[in-house]
Amino acid sequence: MNYGIVSQEQLEQIEDILYQKLVKFGVDSVIIIDMAGNVITVKDNGKNKYNIYSFAALAAGNFATVDAMAKLVGETEFSLLFHKGQDSNIHFSKIDDELLLISMFGKDISLGFLRLNVVEAIEQIRKVWARQG
Amino acid sequence: MPDFVCPYVWKKVETGGGKLSFINLKDKVVQVKIVYYGPGRCGKTTNLEYINRKFRDQIQSEMVSLKTHGDRTLFFDFLPFDLGQIKGYEIKIQLYTVPGQVRYNSTRKLVLKGVDGIVFVADVMEKQREKNIRSLNQLHENLQSYKESIFKIPLIMQYNKVDLKEYGIPVLPTFVLQQDLNSRLQVPYFEASAITGYNVVATLKKIISSTVVSIQKKLL
Ligand SMILES: Nc1nc2c(ncn2[C@@H]2O[C@H](COP(=O)(O)OP(=O)(O)O)[C@@H](O)[C@H]2O)c(=O)[nH]1
Ligand SMILES: [Mg+2]
Repeated sequence: MNYGIVSQEQLEQIEDILYQKLVKFGVDSVIIIDMAGNVITVKDNGKNKYNIYSFAALAAGNFATVDAMAKLVGETEFSLLFHKGQDSNIHFSKIDDELLLISMFGKDISLGFLRLNVVEAIEQIRKVWARQG
Repeated sequence: MPDFVCPYVWKKVETGGGKLSFINLKDKVVQVKIVYYGPGRCGKTTNLEYINRKFRDQIQSEMVSLKTHGDRTLFFDFLPFDLGQIKGYEIKIQLYTVPGQVRYNSTRKLVLKGVDGIVFVADVMEKQREKNIRSLNQLHENLQSYKESIFKIPLIMQYNKVDLKEYGIPVLPTFVLQQDLNSRLQVPYFEASAITGYNVVATLKKIISSTVVSIQKKLL
């Protein structure tokens, strides 16, 4: 997928999808990164206190590691990853081979609800992405 | 480049051998990935630790180190900092190191993904001569696996641990290191001592300027 060139309009649409599908329902923060650890876009509720670039570097490393583990045990991929904490949780989902969607959310959202919304968001994002010249 | 002139927000910019950097034209942010590469224990982590101490005021975030109990780099070290603006673009530098141990090549490759510029750190101790050469050869192969070329990517050589000379430890003369590692590449090089800080900042400045110039050429 040629995701390198994304128009202003497309990026705004993608940010809107992240808001409508995730942030609006109380997800604290949604980030799209590439597998090299670059931040593509961030949508959050403004309460972010951590360094987003360090987070992206670790997240890309984490995902790459799990991917390599999958291949070792004969899986093509573990396309979904979830880390559960005391107060916050992190959910990773692949958009395509190069892009990752990461959601951070607290106790008031169920994993099932989040997963459903992530799947819908990714479907919509892929459509926006596909519409490029 | 105002947005109404260029409608694209994210732009793939080809640098060197076909690597694509991401330039955010909307927020005017450029993320630059620089990797310190070299054999195990040559001083890559020590370089980043020195930079982290020296530029404490400009670095907003803690250095991230993924290491074993024995203090060996397990995956990478990561140090992000803002360079300020160049031609209206905010430049975000991201320094990485790779793990040096021979058996960790798959992790080294992961860290090299999307690299914009490389500092090759060689250990000047005589007994490390073979290891330096082998590590450089592997860098060449690893870059090829990403369709990137060691001859095209911004690259700086750093001959580290020159302070050891004073303690009577046998070290390789610079002309030998140049012959071994830099006779074909012909890239800028520095004698350095990561532990004292000698030429650590000079190395960093040089790789940043080479990398930013190479990205700029494609951008503007
Ligand atoms: N004498 C001396 N020792 C150094 C220098 N740079 C690193 N070291 C030491 O070499 C060892 C390995 O350094 P480290 O940065 O962990 O190597 P890395 O495996 O490349 O990350 C450590 O004990 C450092 O203190 C240097 O310039 N001079
Ligand atoms: Mg190290």
